[in-house]
Amino acid sequence: MSDAAALAAPAGAEAIADARERLDAHVREMVAWHFDRATGCPFWLEYAEGLDFDPRDVIGGYADLHRLGHFQDEWLRGGPIRRWVPQGLAGQPLYVFETGGSTGLPKSRINIRDFQTDYELYSDTLSDESFPPGSDWLMLGPTGPRRLRLAIEHLAQHRGGAAFHVDLDPRWVNKLVRGGRHQEMAAYKEHVIDQALKILRGHDGVRCLFTTPKLLEALCEKVSLVKLGIRGIFCGGTEMNAQFHRFAREELVPGIDFIPTYGNTLMGLACSRPFVAEPEGGGDPDYTITYYPPHPRAIFDLVDPDDPSRTVDYGETGRVMLTTLTREFFMPRFLERDEGEREAPIVAYPWDGVSGLRLFQRFGESVVVGVY
Amino acid sequence: MLHLPVLRRGSPYRSLDVQPLADLRTGQRVAELSLANPGLIARDLTETQAEARSLRDGIRCEELVGICGKAAELFLDGELPAGQRSHGREDYLAHLAATTGMPLAMGRRNMDKIAFVLREMERVLAGLTRDLPLDAIDDGWHEDERMVSFRRTSDLLGAVLPSNSPGVHSLWIPALALKTCLALKPGRQEPWTPMRIAQALLAAGTPPAMLGIYPTSHAGAAEILLRSGRSLLFGDRATVAPWRHDPGVQLHGPGWSKVLFGPDCAARAADHLELVAESVAANGGRSCINASGVWMPSHGHQFGLALAEKLSTIPARALDDPAAALAAQPSAAAAEAVSQFVEQRLAGGRAEDLTARFRDPGAAGRVATVDGSSFLLPTVLYTDDPTHLLAQTELLFPLVTIVEAPTEQLIDHLGETLVLSVISDDPGFQRRFLDDRRVDRLNLGAIPTTRVSWDQPHEGNLFHHLFEQRALQHDLATSAGSPSPR
Repeated sequence: MSDAAALAAPAGAEAIADARERLDAHVREMVAWHFDRATGCPFWLEYAEGLDFDPRDVIGGYADLHRLGHFQDEWLRGGPIRRWVPQGLAGQPLYVFETGGSTGLPKSRINIRDFQTDYELYSDTLSDESFPPGSDWLMLGPTGPRRLRLAIEHLAQHRGGAAFHVDLDPRWVNKLVRGGRHQEMAAYKEHVIDQALKILRGHDGVRCLFTTPKLLEALCEKVSLVKLGIRGIFCGGTEMNAQFHRFAREELVPGIDFIPTYGNTLMGLACSRPFVAEPEGGGDPDYTITYYPPHPRAIFDLVDPDDPSRTVDYGETGRVMLTTLTREFFMPRFLERDEGEREAPIVAYPWDGVSGLRLFQRFGESVVVGVY
Repeated sequence: MLHLPVLRRGSPYRSLDVQPLADLRTGQRVAELSLANPGLIARDLTETQAEARSLRDGIRCEELVGICGKAAELFLDGELPAGQRSHGREDYLAHLAATTGMPLAMGRRNMDKIAFVLREMERVLAGLTRDLPLDAIDDGWHEDERMVSFRRTSDLLGAVLPSNSPGVHSLWIPALALKTCLALKPGRQEPWTPMRIAQALLAAGTPPAMLGIYPTSHAGAAEILLRSGRSLLFGDRATVAPWRHDPGVQLHGPGWSKVLFGPDCAARAADHLELVAESVAANGGRSCINASGVWMPSHGHQFGLALAEKLSTIPARALDDPAAALAAQPSAAAAEAVSQFVEQRLAGGRAEDLTARFRDPGAAGRVATVDGSSFLLPTVLYTDDPTHLLAQTELLFPLVTIVEAPTEQLIDHLGETLVLSVISDDPGFQRRFLDDRRVDRLNLGAIPTTRVSWDQPHEGNLFHHLFEQRALQHDLATSAGSPSPR
């Protein structure tokens, strides 16, 4: 059995129980931190005043978080931003990252070191062969007020390299797409790709690439990334399905390690199930993309949209409910704008994952990805 | 489960992203359709464009015309690949009916239209090119008494196709005979016809790399439009709007086709009742060349009642009924929603539904259900306001609005009109429309809007879309074979 196959195998009961125990302990630690006057942030301390219980007394583990209800994304729109800064971290340099914002007020999340920690943990899952330590990165994706630009730079630095960047404004792209301005969008894409090509051709130390599915396609139309020396691609930023995964591996970048990843400002980075190129017993590889959250810092539950207190069965479709538990950010049971199928724990990640991740269909919105 | 693959430059490709196709009557899945991701389309189109010249050099138009002739018979009666199965004529018609609501009898008539175009490709090309010898396409020029030369505007024709009626597919086929590669996105409910045509063409000897069929998302459709130097886009007003100023995209939006009576003929409109009924209801009222308006300066209400009485005799019938003349709607809810849409516009005032009084009092309005299918019954509306929203409403069933107003108002507010049949004996009145830029096909006299003349395309001219005339001079002696100008 290959390493990937071993890691992608179903997790044992003991590993699952251990992970759960670690999660419960982590929940107690985070609740204690966020609801203590000396360490918690103004938002949660004020929130606790409205409760008829002290969360520190009643929340003994992950299952008890329901006592706090569901985190509302409206809470993150608008200020004051400092109400989210935990007293225990006061005075430290603050980053503000935004998510959304194509229409209306974007959601803002404060960060001190979380994004660096998230990407350091993610770095541990990357192979040194495909993402050689000391090599440089090209970050070709959404920049501006997003976490991604600094995060990829930190990832590169953490692995001993440097990161090159190309500016990309996804909000402008959304406007072009929504306005049906296809030709302008094509011109913008070309502008972005031209800049990326200059970097790739001018700096031969670039071995690793972060980019989005659309930009990867556009880049591969112009050059062979293998010939340019790219060894590993960390792909994310927008929705990806199994067909794209297969297309990338078979046609776009054969021979390059292709790692689909799901990240967002509120959660951190979710890793995908290791890809098994040659399944035991033959047959076609399984290109389904299954993401596992950075447990215990973040947890996915797949819940019944009509009854979010019910976790759906394995294989069943549910709405993603995200819980983030770090010292910088406490976000219990947030009902995401995504849905997918609940997936069982595996050896590499002995906790629940999600496959077929896509926009929650009941919102009836179209996904605007355009250039990026 | 029947699986319809993407056709990548002639080769089937099974995608991991599939769209179910359900029987409108039962909701049961009858097939699944592979969906191409936009990057895959981009890759194939780039490859096709890179090879287009060698593909063209490998075959002459005359051979392709012959291939079309063979394909006509294969399309009609052949056993052709449909995914992992082989489909005969009846399988095709049954699936077409199941997913689009097209009655079998109507499907057969559409098959005949397509087969006609394939079989008569030489005539069709002569009509499109105004009798240009085909060697001018093969060699780039033709010299008889005078030199004529055309250059291609594109190696590739993309087409984003509709699901409303199979006959529409006869529009893109001539491009192949003009040695232009094809990238087609079928309608979401109707992959059956383009796939059967493509399989017939392949079986008849078309170079596979010339044909691509890409069921895909909106993003994939945009990819086809952006990457094909020339393309056809079928869709509603909102779909075509972003491409309105792109000269590479020939738009096939709503037709808003009309019959217009001149002042001299309005009083005798009843003499043309059959013509108008055919214009409105032929092919189930699903084509862009079906009339959605009858504009007349007088006698409108009277004529409208006569038309309503006539059209109200068209009943909803099961899709396998040989006399079926209406196509089914996607679902009962969809039919109801469309009916409500009409009611809302009527509620605005200055318009009435003339058909209502002829309907069976026990029936549930204009929606009927037969054999599990929902239908919208023919509907004749009346308004005396040419600016009324219903005066420019086109829906996917026999719906027509009689607009009665003074002649000058009618002409002022005519609006975009794909086919205009002007019924008047007054040459002066007829001439007013000869250079009217709002009108595409013009019928002068008692001609139904639905009458198609294959040597005159009703919508744009594919040849003019794909070729442009250029000046060419040479000092070569013409030799046998294919001369090449320096």
